[in-house]
Amino acid sequence: MNWITKTMGSSIGKKLMMAVTGLGFIGFLAGHLAGNLTIYGGKDAFNSYAEHLHSLGPLVTLAEWILLTFAVIHVGTGLLLFLQNRKARPAKYAVNKSAGGRTLGSGTMPYTGLIMLVFILVHLLNFHFVDKTDTTIFEIVSEAFTDPVYVLFYVAAMIVVAVHVSHGFWSALQTLGANHPKYMPLFQVCGLAFSVIVGVGFGFIPIYFSILV
Amino acid sequence: MTAKNINLTLKVWRQNGPEDKGRFENYEAKDISTDMSFLEMLDVVNEKLTLEGREPIAFDSDCREGPICQCGSVVNGRPHGHEKGTTLCQLHMRHFDDGDTIAIEPFRARAFKVLKDLMVDRGALDKIIQAGGYISVNAGGAPDANSIPIPQDVAEKAMDAAACIGCGACVAACPNASAMLFTSAKVSQLALLPQGKPEAAKRAITMVRAMDALGFGNCTNERECEAECPKEISIINIARMNREFLKASFFSDVM
Repeated sequence: MNWITKTMGSSIGKKLMMAVTGLGFIGFLAGHLAGNLTIYGGKDAFNSYAEHLHSLGPLVTLAEWILLTFAVIHVGTGLLLFLQNRKARPAKYAVNKSAGGRTLGSGTMPYTGLIMLVFILVHLLNFHFVDKTDTTIFEIVSEAFTDPVYVLFYVAAMIVVAVHVSHGFWSALQTLGANHPKYMPLFQVCGLAFSVIVGVGFGFIPIYFSILV
Repeated sequence: MTAKNINLTLKVWRQNGPEDKGRFENYEAKDISTDMSFLEMLDVVNEKLTLEGREPIAFDSDCREGPICQCGSVVNGRPHGHEKGTTLCQLHMRHFDDGDTIAIEPFRARAFKVLKDLMVDRGALDKIIQAGGYISVNAGGAPDANSIPIPQDVAEKAMDAAACIGCGACVAACPNASAMLFTSAKVSQLALLPQGKPEAAKRAITMVRAMDALGFGNCTNERECEAECPKEISIINIARMNREFLKASFFSDVM
């Protein structure tokens, strides 16, 4: 079994873990966004979506555990990579200039990642670990977004997510070796498009609620 | 373009030896012809320093024709300077303006030790090659030319990867001081060709492990390497190495 630890502990192995878990989260984001869009169908549509989702019972619990495992791997490996990469250049340059490779997304991955981690904890405390007896999810959400601080926090967090995904999507595919002259430009456009969809799609929901109330 | 002379201020990293802390020192470079290369400009400065009885700036250089690349320093934050696809010896002073201040630093990475001033020990790259950047050929009569058919486009891809001169600019440019572009170019040039196939799995694994053990950082797909590479080697080679490594790790017998 030694070969597994050697493979996963190598630089490419760690990248592989980041890529696979990252693509998992992209899938999750797509599903989560699709579900959330039922909000625009009104209170009943949103509540019935939540009900249907939770009627899946053990499947939801399984998905939650998978997501938690992915999160532990993604955050843990990401932090390890961040620390190792800092150590790889002990003496810094006096003048730093980009040759045009870095983007806003690629240059800020560890930081946007940590902000997202904080956001996810707050988000779970807001909407997941709350008492849901005698109330509906629509009421909990609309109650939370009466506070402009929450609205601002959520919108800002969604911009951060979009920035993170703008690098993450194509980067994950590159790590998996899927760089091809025919398809790579398409992957990059898809990644950017997806990050805009995620940013606008999720980011507009708190604004919608604050207008609604 | 007519040649003219320019005056420059150089901010140069001076370091007496590997253990010295090092510091920046300022020098005036006066009456520099714009036809000179960057290294010739440093020669002029060094001659003046020598005549004044001061220690000349130590920097790496060899053929000064582009293809060997013993040279290389970070000029104003850019390895080999700001010109695309150019080594430092081919960077000419016409790309600078009169009165410019130029910061010159050595390539910086934990795996590259600064020996003196701008000279660095890039032996770590040789160690990566020693770990698997070769093919084994049995002794005997030379085989007939073209006995192994290789499609032209494959030969071109291998040649593009083989254009790597091992200068280390990719490591110097990488925000993580990773040697992935170098290693991937070496893995690719052999993995693409039939002669390299028999040892492909072993090579991908041993070279990546050697790279990790030498203290280079991890690639995060920042793409600074391919933008800075004097031979414009593409990160498509990194994707190929990732494939080769994962294929070798999960599907070959190599432990």
